[in-house]
Amino acid sequence: MPAAIPEDSVGLVTPRKLHFDQPLALSCGRSLAQWDLMVETYGELDAAATNAVLICHALSGHHHAAGYHSMEERKPGWWDAAIGPGKAIDTNRFFVVSLNNLGGCHGSTGPNSPNPATGKPYGPDFPIITVQDWVNSQARLADRLGIRQWAAVVGGSLGGMQALQWSISYPERVRHCVVIASAAKLSAQNIAFNEVARQAITRDPQFHDGHYYEKGVVPRTGLMLARMVGHITYLSDDGMREKFGRELKDGKLSFDFNPQFEVESYLQYQGERFSSSFDANTYLLMTKALDYFDPAGERGHDLAAALEPARCGYLVISFTTDWRFSPERSRELVDGLIAAGKPVSYAEIDAPQGHDAFLIPIPRYMEVLGRYLERIANGLTPAKGEPHAR
Amino acid sequence: MRADLEIIDDWIVPNSRVLDLGCGDGELLAHLMQHKQVTGYGLEIDHDNLTTCIERGVSVIEKDIDAGLSSIGSHSFDYVIMTQALQSMHRPDRIIDEMLRIGREGIVTFPNFAHWRARGYLAFRGRMPVSKFLPYTWYDTPNIHFCTFKDFEQLCVERNIEILERTVVDHAHRHRWWIKLWPNMLGEIAIYRITC
Repeated sequence: MPAAIPEDSVGLVTPRKLHFDQPLALSCGRSLAQWDLMVETYGELDAAATNAVLICHALSGHHHAAGYHSMEERKPGWWDAAIGPGKAIDTNRFFVVSLNNLGGCHGSTGPNSPNPATGKPYGPDFPIITVQDWVNSQARLADRLGIRQWAAVVGGSLGGMQALQWSISYPERVRHCVVIASAAKLSAQNIAFNEVARQAITRDPQFHDGHYYEKGVVPRTGLMLARMVGHITYLSDDGMREKFGRELKDGKLSFDFNPQFEVESYLQYQGERFSSSFDANTYLLMTKALDYFDPAGERGHDLAAALEPARCGYLVISFTTDWRFSPERSRELVDGLIAAGKPVSYAEIDAPQGHDAFLIPIPRYMEVLGRYLERIANGLTPAKGEPHAR
Repeated sequence: MRADLEIIDDWIVPNSRVLDLGCGDGELLAHLMQHKQVTGYGLEIDHDNLTTCIERGVSVIEKDIDAGLSSIGSHSFDYVIMTQALQSMHRPDRIIDEMLRIGREGIVTFPNFAHWRARGYLAFRGRMPVSKFLPYTWYDTPNIHFCTFKDFEQLCVERNIEILERTVVDHAHRHRWWIKLWPNMLGEIAIYRITC
């Protein structure tokens, strides 16, 4: 709990649940007749509604990106380091919108919400949601908030995929797109990690084919294993060595199978904490959305062709030790953007923290992000002569 | 603006696509964007320069040119520019090949190691030339492949590279009438426009 709200915090914030009763057609062919989105906003929307920034969350994220829900809250929102007055995403200048995506488990309609057709939780009957579906739902949210065009859509990891999809699907509604530690598609290795996570969940005896809500149980072991394997891929070898090394909890080997190395207990702690706060069906959905994302897939695997409709400026950022979404994947995206003639700047940040670095306020990372957004705020968006300047 | 950039500016046709290898703080691209309505990108590895480019709205890519440019498509730019960096490349010849694969034309500037002052330094002192303009000692210099105008032009002949234009200036990028008398002795910096 914060003793006092820090000055550069957006302060106490209250999420809102917005209800949508116009059906949302989904990529899988099904549709959601009515749905809710949990939303938080920070800062003020200007009179012409030109200063709105959308934050798209990653696999386990949600609407609570900045500030505190109460004075009792232990930690601020998940990207508080970047969002606030005077921070990289400056809430003195921008109106920042953050939401929990459909299929999530933090208040937006998802597998643990009641299915209007049955009155019981959707569970495994909740439709598979794609990045495109999220972006479509976020466009409805923008309509609701009176935002015709985002000054920027910003996201890391799976959030970066949403930002990228926005620029392709709604080119006239995005002025800038910030894609951090992300990729234009997952690699086979990346899909493989997701499959291990899914197997861990679905093979947990408590999973009950996704109908665990009615049984009053949670596939905790599966979710914990899924998170543990995920967590390993979010850290770097160097980062783990630095953080845990081969340190033993009790200083000596115990010659049994209980966790003895610090890294073991850390992973177990992370896994257990996650398994008590996250929904297993949501985890399955999020990993599928990751796997399916491939905007170039529909365009003969020509990324430049897929990016052709975009009319915004791009900032792409990667981190040197990130191997889950490696710099190579970001470079592919940058190459595609250059081939498509889109304005793009790219920074590769030296960071030991692996994929997790995108959540950490590394000075150079915050400076690059901050300067890019500052330029947007100054109204100097694409300078005269830049491709597709408006 | 730096004088060599002004000379380059004169050569660029409006509305072109420009790739600036080692774009520094983005001064040239920013100028060309504003005055020649060019579109383009700079490649840069210096962090402060990168940030300045972003502040200016210049599209800048963090990329080590020495690591190769193979990811950039052939014939995708009108001009590929490299100012004062050729001599610091591991393989200047390959970079020039790459410049002319990617761009319709290449514009390259480099210091002349056959300038009388460098020749004199080596001839009379017997040591590698150090000057205000090129202040490094032999062991810490980033300039690992010095050449002379003659050397460069010989490379162009060997590779069938056509020199479209050449301007030879002093270290402050000033035109001097007497440089024309013996460029390889009197000129300090050359700016070449090449194609293949």
